[in-house]
Amino acid sequence: MVINLRRAFLTGNEAIAEGALVAGCNFYVGYPITPSSEIMHYMARELPKRGGVFFQAEDEIATINIAIGASWGGARVMTATSGPGFSLMQEGIGYAIMTETPLVIVNVMRVGPATGQATKSAQGDLMQARWGRHGDQVAPVLAPESPQECIELVIKAFAISEELRVPVIVLIDEFIAHMREVVEIPSEVRIPIRRRPKDPSETPFGSPDPRVAPPMPPLGEGYYVLVTGSTHNELGYRDTRSFETHFKLAKRLWNKVWLNIDKLFEYEAWGIEDSEIGFVTFGSTSRSVRRACKLLRSKGIKAGYVRLKTLWPLKLDPIVELGEKSRAVIVPELSLGQLVLDVERGIGDSAKIISYGKVGGGEPIYPSELVKLASKVLGK
Amino acid sequence: MSVIKAHFSRKYLREETLPTLFCPGCFNGILMNALAKAFEELGIDNLKKFVFVSGIGCSSWIPSPYIKADSLHTLHGRAIPVAIGVKLAKPELEVVVIAGDGDLASIGLGHLIHAARRNVDLVTILVNNYVYGMTRGQVSPTTPIGLETPTTPYGAFEYPLDVCKVIEATNANYVARWTIAHFTQLKESIKYVFSKIRRGFRFIEVIAPCTTYISRRLRKTPADTIKDLLRTSILLNKAKSKELGKLIVGVFKSEDKPGYVELYKNYIERAKLSNVR
Repeated sequence: MVINLRRAFLTGNEAIAEGALVAGCNFYVGYPITPSSEIMHYMARELPKRGGVFFQAEDEIATINIAIGASWGGARVMTATSGPGFSLMQEGIGYAIMTETPLVIVNVMRVGPATGQATKSAQGDLMQARWGRHGDQVAPVLAPESPQECIELVIKAFAISEELRVPVIVLIDEFIAHMREVVEIPSEVRIPIRRRPKDPSETPFGSPDPRVAPPMPPLGEGYYVLVTGSTHNELGYRDTRSFETHFKLAKRLWNKVWLNIDKLFEYEAWGIEDSEIGFVTFGSTSRSVRRACKLLRSKGIKAGYVRLKTLWPLKLDPIVELGEKSRAVIVPELSLGQLVLDVERGIGDSAKIISYGKVGGGEPIYPSELVKLASKVLGK
Repeated sequence: MSVIKAHFSRKYLREETLPTLFCPGCFNGILMNALAKAFEELGIDNLKKFVFVSGIGCSSWIPSPYIKADSLHTLHGRAIPVAIGVKLAKPELEVVVIAGDGDLASIGLGHLIHAARRNVDLVTILVNNYVYGMTRGQVSPTTPIGLETPTTPYGAFEYPLDVCKVIEATNANYVARWTIAHFTQLKESIKYVFSKIRRGFRFIEVIAPCTTYISRRLRKTPADTIKDLLRTSILLNKAKSKELGKLIVGVFKSEDKPGYVELYKNYIERAKLSNVR
């Protein structure tokens, strides 16, 4: 496969849409919401021309459920929203997890709770992205930090969702959504093709290998598929009573993601070999962290960071390593502190942990603030 | 030696799931029979090209798991959006929604109205049993005034919703209402929406009062309830302008406008010719 790269000057939102199109997305459904609407506008313009389906639903609950139906109908589906819409989608995301329905959900984070500040950036949906659904469930969460990474991680999101039959959440924030940078778009990418059952021993909701998703039978071809959000056995028959059926299903859905953590988990580490002050970060905040670390190094302070590109499932190893090396670890976030909980879990008492939360009004965390804070923490 | 022929309806059912879990006398069986007869009379051998989408509630169990076809048993209230997704992704399939008044007239009413407004190419069968049967018979948006339920122990007092009137006011192609006492008419309506009008939103409300939480509470048998339905309903063409207290049944609307799928195809053609960048 010869991959040509095309250069373009795109915002994060446009890059999400472009990445989806490269990944073969042929069905977009959504509901207007700031600051994600440009993704929808892009798809509204591009998909009909390419013979794909663009649908503006009556609300986000309809949106997520239409996405689920379309995915079972064989389409490669994406939707994008922001906090309030993401909250409305949660029950549907849980259904997609339970029914093993591939789809990609982009959440462009804004200030909340409730309507909050619709046009202002925040990172407060981290926990919602992981834990917004009721019951035992897991869906991968990816977090790009630039328009270029929006393209790369949306493509990865489609690849994971199709391979593991799981909804994948891409979490960006308003800063990334609206910043414009030069990107390189691959001409084509490889997305796994859905497997259909080869013979009756292959069941649509059971798999001998917990790391491998069961094959997904297409509709309308005589498989007589039974899809249900209720607890079901390997064949799809509802079983709302037995412990065994539920426990087996819940564990399999859980393991399907967690046992693939090596494939799913990506991070970037910088300067952690000798760091005395460390940062753990994701999304737009990592851009300030990177700058701050360079400034600190130029002042003779050894700073390093771990940037999470995958927020879920999470490997604590790089965070643990950072904690072992550093005297203190700062966790800057555009929220009152969510990622810091993982850092506390990973590092424990091996380093001092400082949560640096700031949110509202479109205020970023400036590199200068972090430099000042780090210097103060180290007494330098 | 006599050969026992399997009942004609067996080919449309998942035999391993029978008998159904419905309460004794439940009218869901009559609807299943009407569906099977309609398919049989239309010469449909199997339901391979059909996708049934249902919600949460007793009537949503008709397709999941009893009908032998692809079936999506969705979240409560969300059968319509899931059905829209399937239809737009695979327009060649016949997508049918079967759900109750809790799903379609309460939690999912918004979706129902918008699907009807868009004239999406779906057949939707509302099984109106007047209560939330699966959760012990609480009051629903269609419960008749006066009925005692666990959440209206002193008698229902809210104005009920006439769903057919609402859907009639949209761009839906077909709107009809029958009770399970009008078996032949119901079967003919089902045949009609799968043969004569093959596009757009086709809506059939089936009045099937819950035999457990209505009939039994009123000390009536299911047979009594059927007789009541015949006595208290009136055909649309015989209903005078102010027929108070009667349930009007019949075909309220029957058109053959292009449905959403066709409109979207035209839209795609327009998009391909345009130079919007």
